[in-house]
Amino acid sequence: MDYAPNTPQQLQEMLRIIGVGSFDELIKSVPEALHRRALPDVPSGLAEAQVIELCEELAARNRSLQETVSFLGAGSYAHLIPTVVDAIASRGEWLTPYTPYQAEASQGTLQAIYEFQTMICELLQMDVANASLYDGASGVGEAAVLALRATERPRILVSEAVHPHAREVIATYLQGAQAVIQQLPTVNGVTDLEALGKAMRDDVACVILQQPNVFGCLEPMAQAGQLAHRSGGLFVASVYPISLGLLQPPGAYGADIAVAEGRCLGSPPALGGPALGLFATTSALLRRMPGRLAGCTVDQAGRRGFTLTLQTREQHIRRERATSNICTNEGWLALRATIFMALLGPQGLKELATLNLEKAHYARERLCTVPWIAPMFDQPFFNEFTLRYEGRKAEAVNKKLAAAGFAGGHPLGEWYPNMAQSSLWCVTERISKSSIDRLVDTLKKI
Amino acid sequence: MSAQLIFEKSVSGRRGYLLPPSDVPPCPPADVLPTDALRPSPPPWPEVAEFDVIRHYTRLSQLNFSVDTNFYPLGSCTMKYNPRLNERVAAMPGFAWLHPLQPAAQTQGILELLYELERLLCAITGMGAFTLQPAAGAQGELTGLKIIAAYQRRKRRTRSTILIPDSAHGTNPASAALSGFTVVQLRSGPDGLIDLGELKSKLTKDVAALMLTNPNTLGLFERDIQTIAALLHERDALVYMDGANMNALMGIAKPGEMGVDILQLNLHKTFSTPHGGGGPGAGPVGVAKALEDFLPVPRVRKSGAKFAWESTGRSTIGRVHGFYGNVGVLVRAYTYIRTLGREGLMRASETAIINANYLKVKLQETFPVKYDSSCMHEFVVTLKALKANGVTAMDVAKRLLDYGFYAPTVYFPLIVEEALMIEPTETESRETLDQFAQALISIAHEAKTNPELVRRAPQRMAVDRLDEVKAAREPNLRWTPANDLVHA
Repeated sequence: MDYAPNTPQQLQEMLRIIGVGSFDELIKSVPEALHRRALPDVPSGLAEAQVIELCEELAARNRSLQETVSFLGAGSYAHLIPTVVDAIASRGEWLTPYTPYQAEASQGTLQAIYEFQTMICELLQMDVANASLYDGASGVGEAAVLALRATERPRILVSEAVHPHAREVIATYLQGAQAVIQQLPTVNGVTDLEALGKAMRDDVACVILQQPNVFGCLEPMAQAGQLAHRSGGLFVASVYPISLGLLQPPGAYGADIAVAEGRCLGSPPALGGPALGLFATTSALLRRMPGRLAGCTVDQAGRRGFTLTLQTREQHIRRERATSNICTNEGWLALRATIFMALLGPQGLKELATLNLEKAHYARERLCTVPWIAPMFDQPFFNEFTLRYEGRKAEAVNKKLAAAGFAGGHPLGEWYPNMAQSSLWCVTERISKSSIDRLVDTLKKI
Repeated sequence: MSAQLIFEKSVSGRRGYLLPPSDVPPCPPADVLPTDALRPSPPPWPEVAEFDVIRHYTRLSQLNFSVDTNFYPLGSCTMKYNPRLNERVAAMPGFAWLHPLQPAAQTQGILELLYELERLLCAITGMGAFTLQPAAGAQGELTGLKIIAAYQRRKRRTRSTILIPDSAHGTNPASAALSGFTVVQLRSGPDGLIDLGELKSKLTKDVAALMLTNPNTLGLFERDIQTIAALLHERDALVYMDGANMNALMGIAKPGEMGVDILQLNLHKTFSTPHGGGGPGAGPVGVAKALEDFLPVPRVRKSGAKFAWESTGRSTIGRVHGFYGNVGVLVRAYTYIRTLGREGLMRASETAIINANYLKVKLQETFPVKYDSSCMHEFVVTLKALKANGVTAMDVAKRLLDYGFYAPTVYFPLIVEEALMIEPTETESRETLDQFAQALISIAHEAKTNPELVRRAPQRMAVDRLDEVKAAREPNLRWTPANDLVHA
């Protein structure tokens, strides 16, 4: 099946109208030495039913989160998705247009982006939000690039309690830049403010913290922000959108840039992508912002309309002087998030966050009744927490849990070698009390 | 009036989604969270009913042109049909509902799919190895440039120049600058191709790589590509190819055999995954075998019959994505390649080239092509003849909307005055191409007989031409109750 409607007869007739005798005459500019009129290493095409059979077989060799009770989070959170999200987002008018360059024929996409930007500003309590970046990790990378350019200072301070993947992406993004990345240590699971205070000098472009951090603990964001600002650096907060139904938003503690992984707002985990980078900042930094922006304006008749705007920041106008190279971003996931946020509303988000808080606190309390399990840190948390195992390796525990149908918390030894007996547990609204109780019974028998 | 905003439909107390009741003991937030960490009130999102949401976003969708509803000949964007089968497969719970940190033993099926996709992309392009991690074409470019920089470090030298033709996509120079390189522009030759004399004169010792697009943005194949690659390689500089236009080459020519060292593909173009109004895309990067060590980690490895993630790489540039890239997009592309197969992919490229040449011939009397030769999958016409009537390429683009066609790419590439860049793709029928050609010819006629009609277009959309200057000078990037048009 090739989805190309023109028949062989039509193609012959078209070649005749073009004025050539054969297709090969059309590709005369391709040197003959390069002609490879075949793809021997690609299998032959298949009918729809065959493709479905093939892919169902591959899918069946994965254990989906619908077949297992998963306590995995660590940067990818599985939340409920209202039916309406798929019902609307699967419409071809949303799924198949390009970036809305011709505004008059793209008012749907543009208005949806404007609504998205508004709801993200409200969620994060920031002045301006863009139309999305690739994911949360590259959002942190872009924030670091923005801070270096805006402050003309070389040093990036990043807490070791920021997700290690985000720290790796910062390092990749800053290769070749005249920048120094300095890691801040933690004490009892949170960023060491004393160390931050000492590290703050007038060469610091920004301080990057995550809330809740990679161990699930709440960070002292307000104090960290004050320390960053005291010597003229920017404060970058990486946050978890669902937690903001209960937790203070970045704008409330003075963040200059707020970034987040927004995939949890209405899209499935899909092995980590497509993801959805949320990026918001202050009016002062607007013109340094990466990514697309939809703006409200009027047409010639004075009617309200929407268009991409401030494009002189962008690569297709500014080329090598652009604020970022981003072009295609995550528009369809932003639409899904918009629908999700509209459905939940303020009260829905608060209830969702509260459900997560309740289930996680119940689970931690119950898990700590297992004799060899204890909390790793004594810190407030939202829906994720670190547990320490007495005399047991985290991977070995997870293997036994997998046999009982559970995906246990993420072993932290891979990221923090001195934490081989610790795991990061996440409990969302998708987990029932009976699953938690059954989990605890299983662990007690290990 | 244009559509209301969702905020203007909000009624205090209305709910759109019911959460399940809690089955665990209550846990008052104030008991377990510090007071200063608590948000006083949730974000002021709209309060609407489920049916409000359905009707609002259904109506908004109807204000869009899309591939599903309209011919969308946007040059360099390959707006081909996005098969629904791809969506069905990507939505299978065994693909969509996987956590990225599940152990490999629980994800053997998806790891095999990703491994096989890498091999298929190698087979189609002739490259030695691929990373699937970059989330879009521009991130693929960034990845490629980081590899070019890493190659310089391996050679213990600092070369800082990237050569880029003046016809290149804007992302190319932006990606090069973001990677710390200096961009030197190559002036295109009289035939629209890279000028070997110009290339030689700028090929200094400081050149780390050449970034080119092939076929280039004029839809022309770089005839001298092998000579160009040899010139670069003689100086131990690398050849980067922007693969945005790969739809012209499947089963026809392989970048790996042209001397290309690094190539990014746009799966949301050539491999039929939907654009979604601006993503998600996927920008896998292929490299010559000698550069494989530099690819981002983690990568899927196969040992025996088992697949696993491997996070160590001796010379890796590191990670560019939080997890493994846009896996859902990769699943769609795999589905597409398996559906078309070797014959279908080749027929797709052949038909894309025939469709483009057919349309070009249909238009040639009315709209001349600046560089006249057979094109590949797209072509660029100049509308400068209409300027005498005060009609611009943008006017024609807007008038096309009234005829029910999305506009081609306008004013690009920058080297063609009043440019319209037209890419019909293989999934459009001859009948559609005829209708589109007829519309453009009618507009050319209108430009002479009634230029005001064209200048005032579009008239049949939800809005007419928008005040872009106001949008940029007085940025209004979010709604506030102060600009509520309904309750004002």
